[in-house]
Amino acid sequence: MEYVPNKDNIAKRIARIFKSGNVVNLGIGLPTLVGNYVPEDVTLILQSENGMLGLGSAPPKGEENRDLTNAGGAPVTIQPGGCCFDSATSFGIIRGGHVDYTVLGVLEVDQEGNLANYKIPGKMVPGMGGAMDLTTGSRVVIAATLHFEPTGASRLKRRCTLPLTAVHEVDLVVTDLGLFEVRDGRFILRECFEPYTPEWIQARTDADVVIPEDCRSVALEDTCLAGV
Amino acid sequence: MIQKPVITAAEAAAKVRDGDVLMVGGFMACGSPHTIIEALVERGARDMTLVCNDTATHDLKSGKVNGVGRMVQKRQFKKIIASHIGLNQETQRQMNAGETEVALVPQGTLAERVRAGGVGLGGVLTPTGLGTEVEEGKQVITVGDRRFLLELPLKGDVAVIKAKKADRAGNLVYAATAQNFNPLMAMAASTVIAEAEEIVEVGEIDPNAVHTASIFVDFLVKSERLEG
Repeated sequence: MEYVPNKDNIAKRIARIFKSGNVVNLGIGLPTLVGNYVPEDVTLILQSENGMLGLGSAPPKGEENRDLTNAGGAPVTIQPGGCCFDSATSFGIIRGGHVDYTVLGVLEVDQEGNLANYKIPGKMVPGMGGAMDLTTGSRVVIAATLHFEPTGASRLKRRCTLPLTAVHEVDLVVTDLGLFEVRDGRFILRECFEPYTPEWIQARTDADVVIPEDCRSVALEDTCLAGV
Repeated sequence: MIQKPVITAAEAAAKVRDGDVLMVGGFMACGSPHTIIEALVERGARDMTLVCNDTATHDLKSGKVNGVGRMVQKRQFKKIIASHIGLNQETQRQMNAGETEVALVPQGTLAERVRAGGVGLGGVLTPTGLGTEVEEGKQVITVGDRRFLLELPLKGDVAVIKAKKADRAGNLVYAATAQNFNPLMAMAASTVIAEAEEIVEVGEIDPNAVHTASIFVDFLVKSERLEG
């Protein structure tokens, strides 16, 4: 079987986890794609850590408001009923447990629920931004990542080697191969995404992957996936 | 009501001295005082410590630089305290070359440290950063059965912030996500200079609409550039 990286499948699957009314923070980059696949009958309240609830889509060209951006500094819109606040309130919302789900990109994630995404010593040090607060305070932490690095190495590890952003905070990992629950120091493969098989995934993941009896094979074109 | 002096950006920049701790409002240059930053770049005070959420953008290939990144480019800081420097390659270069000290602080912790500095707290207890490099060298305090990091207050010699509207008394109103760190920094520095797009007479802002109370603000500057 040939591996073809597929960020959209990651976004498609994560988008079906949420229920109407959930407060969700989507990180910049891959997690932002999730917003494109939220089902029409699900209404989320998107939190943006630079100080907004009710984050909307990108504005039409020519209608950008320089005072209204997302956490990446890109112009956005605000939904009716949305509101803005300062950074202390924004992180009060985050740290205080008022965000249901946070979706973050990772450099590494391990079977202990640790996540690294802010620093490759000596090479690239973007900084943690809001990620440490988001992983500490959100009810459910979802790591969204391509399963493999460009070198072919598994991003799912037994133990992260990079400086940690979050310690024992990750609940779910969604890659372009499958959906994993992090539990008792192992990755439980709840779903594998077609055409990959549980055994194929297990053999290529540099971590302890458990295949439960009820592991489901999922075609991400399906529109009626159950939530987790 | 006592009126605050409306000064030029050059006069504002002259109040910033070599070696000062300078707080700069804004988030990826959204809500930054671009008129004052321009004057600070021209005046060129040096060896300062910057407190800012990020250092905006600087792409070394294209040379595109904005916001407080323009002061980083002129090497006006000996130390930078920020949560994210990922979109400023020059900040990363200076850090990796050992030219500038960079202290990365989780964004919510940075907000609370600045707030603590302004509101008379001896520090804040946060779970964010426990078990990571952020914990190193810090006091861990147990309250009940939960562990927290003691994070210390940050105070500035000068804060330069940006509002949408000010009245002559110094009351400020911010716009949308341009609010971010501005109201926190307004409380946390010895000298606070607020740049505003519009400066109106006392009484023209509804008291219920005021975000930052007049007493926090020392000087006003009228915006001449809204980006940059």
